[in-house]
Amino acid sequence: MAGTQKLTRTTLRSGLGRVRGLGSAKEGVQHWWAQRVTAIALVPLTLWFVASVILLAGADHATVSAWIARPLNTVLLIALVAATFWHAALGLQVVIEDYIHTEGTKLVVLLAVKALLALVGLAGIVAVLRVAL
Amino acid sequence: MATFTLPANSRIGEGQTFEAPAGATRVKEFKIYRWNPDDGQNPRTDTYRIDLDACGPMVLDALIKIKNEVDTTLTFRRSCREGICGSCAMNIDGSNTLACLKPIDEVQGACKITPLPHMPVVKDLVPDLSQPYAQLRSIEPWLKSDTPAPPDGERLQSVEERAKIDGLWECILCFCCSTSCPSYWWNGDRYLGPAVLLQAYRWIADSRDEATGERLDALEDPFKLYRCHTIMNCTKACPKGLNPAQAIGEIKKLMVERRG
Repeated sequence: MAGTQKLTRTTLRSGLGRVRGLGSAKEGVQHWWAQRVTAIALVPLTLWFVASVILLAGADHATVSAWIARPLNTVLLIALVAATFWHAALGLQVVIEDYIHTEGTKLVVLLAVKALLALVGLAGIVAVLRVAL
Repeated sequence: MATFTLPANSRIGEGQTFEAPAGATRVKEFKIYRWNPDDGQNPRTDTYRIDLDACGPMVLDALIKIKNEVDTTLTFRRSCREGICGSCAMNIDGSNTLACLKPIDEVQGACKITPLPHMPVVKDLVPDLSQPYAQLRSIEPWLKSDTPAPPDGERLQSVEERAKIDGLWECILCFCCSTSCPSYWWNGDRYLGPAVLLQAYRWIADSRDEATGERLDALEDPFKLYRCHTIMNCTKACPKGLNPAQAIGEIKKLMVERRG
């Protein structure tokens, strides 16, 4: 918590020294920009996917497999899975950084969540490819 | 980790009630946060019933009346009583604002007054703002220029260039915005907060300043700048009608623009 350090007076460091801290990390733009680009990309991709699923409602296994195997559909499905999990990873990273203030715990949770999302995303892409190829 | 309950010594109890004088017809109740660092007691809420017919129109008028006539121990900051010094920033009726600009009749029912949220309290309604002040100092809020000023006059700006700092220079640093921002509550030790970022943009947007790149370098950080999640409490709270969220958005746009 922001005020805890000051209240308990565990430091005699100057206010400016504390606020400057470790300095600027010189990053964050890439994360911010990627989060917005994936968000915008997900709008048409999700609309396309939902519309396609509605159109495919009731179709048999062979029809859906053939639909997935069409090159454009394969590419868009992989793009959808990649953008979804990338966007989720960026968003969850922000939530974790916001609320977990213990460096060790934060690092472990960040790595675990990102690994999980990467693996599940990868599994989604492999699933699309296995049907398509 | 985030904490969800107050520590035992911070729980707020009920305090005293000061009745309005007999015969008062328009009585308004003020429930004011009280805490004294010297008496070892928990914070409490004192209730003051004030005769509005014998009181000025603003919340600050009521506070001054209480201090002068009812309870001299009530502690708060005030100076200009016209919204230009930023001293009387506090949380009134659930929103951060300046007591001198807040009309009493805008508050329905009892008027609850607490210090600016999530800052250490010095006493009663006085918060310790040393952290935001240090953060303001860290962004070096002064003109930086390698080109010497013209020997025969001031540094000139075109009318358009001057217009770019409108909506920025008016900030009086009351910190109503920063202390209304959840991101600043949770990460105020590293996130600069809307007031300081608006000040940073005030110098980035100033055509006379030659340190724009250096200023952007210093802000490019997941915590200093990017803890802003566009919650917009800052803009909603600003008693001067400024838009810190937009200033932060402009900084983020420049960060993208300079990558090519």
